Amino acid sequence: MRLNGAGIVIESLKNEGVEFVFGYPGGAVLTLYDEIYKTNFPHILTKHEQGAVHAADGYARATGKVGVCIATSGPGATNLITGIATANIDSIPLICITGQVATPLIGRDSFQEADVCGITAPITKHNYLVRHIKDLPRVLKEAFFIARTGRPGPVVVDIAKDVFAAETEYKYPAEICLRGYTGKYIGDEKKIDRAVDMLRTAERPIIFIGGGVITSETSQLVREMVQKMNIPMTSTLMGLGAADADSAGYLGMAGMHGSYAANMAIMKCDLLLGIGVRFDDRVTGVISEFAPKAKIIHFDIDYAEINKNIAVNLSVVGDLRWSLPLFQEKLCPYNDIIKENIQKWYENVVKIHTARPFKYKNDKNNILAQDAIKKLSDIVTHNTAIVTDVGQHQMWAAQFFKVYGPRNFITSGGLGTMGFGLPAAIGVKLGRPDKNVILLSGDGSIMMNCQELATLADYNINIKIIVIHNHVLGMVTQWQRMFYGERYSQSLLNSKADIVKIAQAMGIKGFRIKVKEELINGLQQLLHEQGPVLLDIIVPAEEDVFPMVPGGKRLDQMVMGEDGL
Amino acid sequence: MKYQIAILAENKPGVLTHVSGLISRRAFNIETINAGYTEDADVTRINIVVDANDETELNKVIHQMAKLIDVIKIVNISELASINRELVMVKVKVTSSAIRADIVNIASIFRAHIVDVGHENVVIELTGEQDKLAALIDMLNCYEILEIARTGPIALSRGIIPVKNM
Repeated sequence: MRLNGAGIVIESLKNEGVEFVFGYPGGAVLTLYDEIYKTNFPHILTKHEQGAVHAADGYARATGKVGVCIATSGPGATNLITGIATANIDSIPLICITGQVATPLIGRDSFQEADVCGITAPITKHNYLVRHIKDLPRVLKEAFFIARTGRPGPVVVDIAKDVFAAETEYKYPAEICLRGYTGKYIGDEKKIDRAVDMLRTAERPIIFIGGGVITSETSQLVREMVQKMNIPMTSTLMGLGAADADSAGYLGMAGMHGSYAANMAIMKCDLLLGIGVRFDDRVTGVISEFAPKAKIIHFDIDYAEINKNIAVNLSVVGDLRWSLPLFQEKLCPYNDIIKENIQKWYENVVKIHTARPFKYKNDKNNILAQDAIKKLSDIVTHNTAIVTDVGQHQMWAAQFFKVYGPRNFITSGGLGTMGFGLPAAIGVKLGRPDKNVILLSGDGSIMMNCQELATLADYNINIKIIVIHNHVLGMVTQWQRMFYGERYSQSLLNSKADIVKIAQAMGIKGFRIKVKEELINGLQQLLHEQGPVLLDIIVPAEEDVFPMVPGGKRLDQMVMGEDGL
Repeated sequence: MKYQIAILAENKPGVLTHVSGLISRRAFNIETINAGYTEDADVTRINIVVDANDETELNKVIHQMAKLIDVIKIVNISELASINRELVMVKVKVTSSAIRADIVNIASIFRAHIVDVGHENVVIELTGEQDKLAALIDMLNCYEILEIARTGPIALSRGIIPVKNM
């Protein structure tokens, strides 16, 4: 079939099973948008390219499929950068198709020219500049393969404007030939035997899971291991949902704002099984004192993660879909013995967790963010995906919102991108229309991409938005309060902007609650309204997220806040 | 510690940028870097000398580079029995026939070649291991060196197995 470059892009998207794309048109992609027009290919027009890339990212996180976004050359492409870096650090599969100026104009500082491959090299899994039409089908095939397989990640395909118009005979390649990349990760089975031996002789083991468990769809295997042997389990921020919030032996999130029991268990355990984690500094505390009494086993797909931050005693490198079933199978004969060996430890850890759950103080008049999130969690169904922005509300969501099932907690973990939430929630809802999607944001974060409220209205995307409105940049003020002598430099917002009116002006419903009696009704009203709604909840400014492990401290040196909360 | 790394990569534009960018991003110093065609027309061999604190640090950067899609193979040649060579060209100012004779003499002792002679200069070419190059340059420093160009070291392992099959 003879097609031009634009036709090849659309045909290839269809071949890859892409349901729709997020994007924003412009000069260098006019031919591509002409093809979108002619073929009526499903396209969501966001209000900003950053919205498009976060939406594609949210779609990928919610579905496990590859998210696709399109932007024009120059500023269009550079507006994607934050979103690409956000996806890269959390290993999210994305294809970003960017227009480039026409080949004769490349390198001449032409209008709307930017070196997209140069700029995105450090924040992508791979990138391509397509200068010849004959390369286009192969590049697109490879791009999807690379984004989706192995440790997933974003791939940028930068296509020169004249390539969209050039014609060639189109045949989507059946095979991929990449000498430096197979996308398959089968490791050394003997390492799994050694892991079994280590677990058999352990007295105080703990399972420590991360986003890799979600990415590889191996939550069920991990859950079964915990159930069969009563091994206590904790999670990173990115691993939330892999275990059901209230399942037995699950201690919730560990790390800087992790649970007391999880952090203490890490400090006391004699064996730590890290599964699909990368031992980020937000979860380890001071690195030399992380799990000081433990032997550490690290299951991960990426060789580069082994010994990167934490020196481990044993690494099982390979796809968790390969390693975990084998591990489980080899453990089978020892399940009961292990359960018996560790029973005292298990009971002890669970007792601590029951005695010291995440807590917050009682406030008679004000609505506290923690209380609002907990009450919300109590009234929604398990089939709810919660999307967060970044800051205090994000940590409170991790602590107080009970997540059931993988891909139900959507957050920018590694990069901590404020403004991620709203556009990501759009992608989540479009990818999983069967789920209730709630966005939890703050008055700082929501303003960073508030233009996308208009996208919600234009496409009538049914997302319920809660803005935790404390009139400050909460996490910044918390640090300023604790470490900078209460000098609140540029963190007191006290904005004159009315977020409810902004929502209404953008075309969605909005309302506000201020006092405690309004909370339950307010949440009920939010959930029962048709279509997208924003609920602005006014909360006190001076609330801190506890527990907190200050920078450079051990996990057991966490600050618990007043009343030992 | 300095380590000699051999990287086989797809011969595509931007590969060298990807590799060197990654090394500096992970806070390693590149001492030298060079690249050239190989027995396979589609494959570039990039030879790098990096400065790393120890093998653990080095392995971190090797694993990061191995993740680059266009990198086919990466080997730490320093671990292997290998032959290591660098080429240097030195342009020396010659103000008298006595000096010229001295320099020709030094070149011959080092088994270096005089590759250009002018009324006021000579260019000496020497291939060898880095300490030999250093010794020659040290001797020539007694005269007026006008400029130096060097390739940076390249290395091949001994024995029949090429890097691509390691």
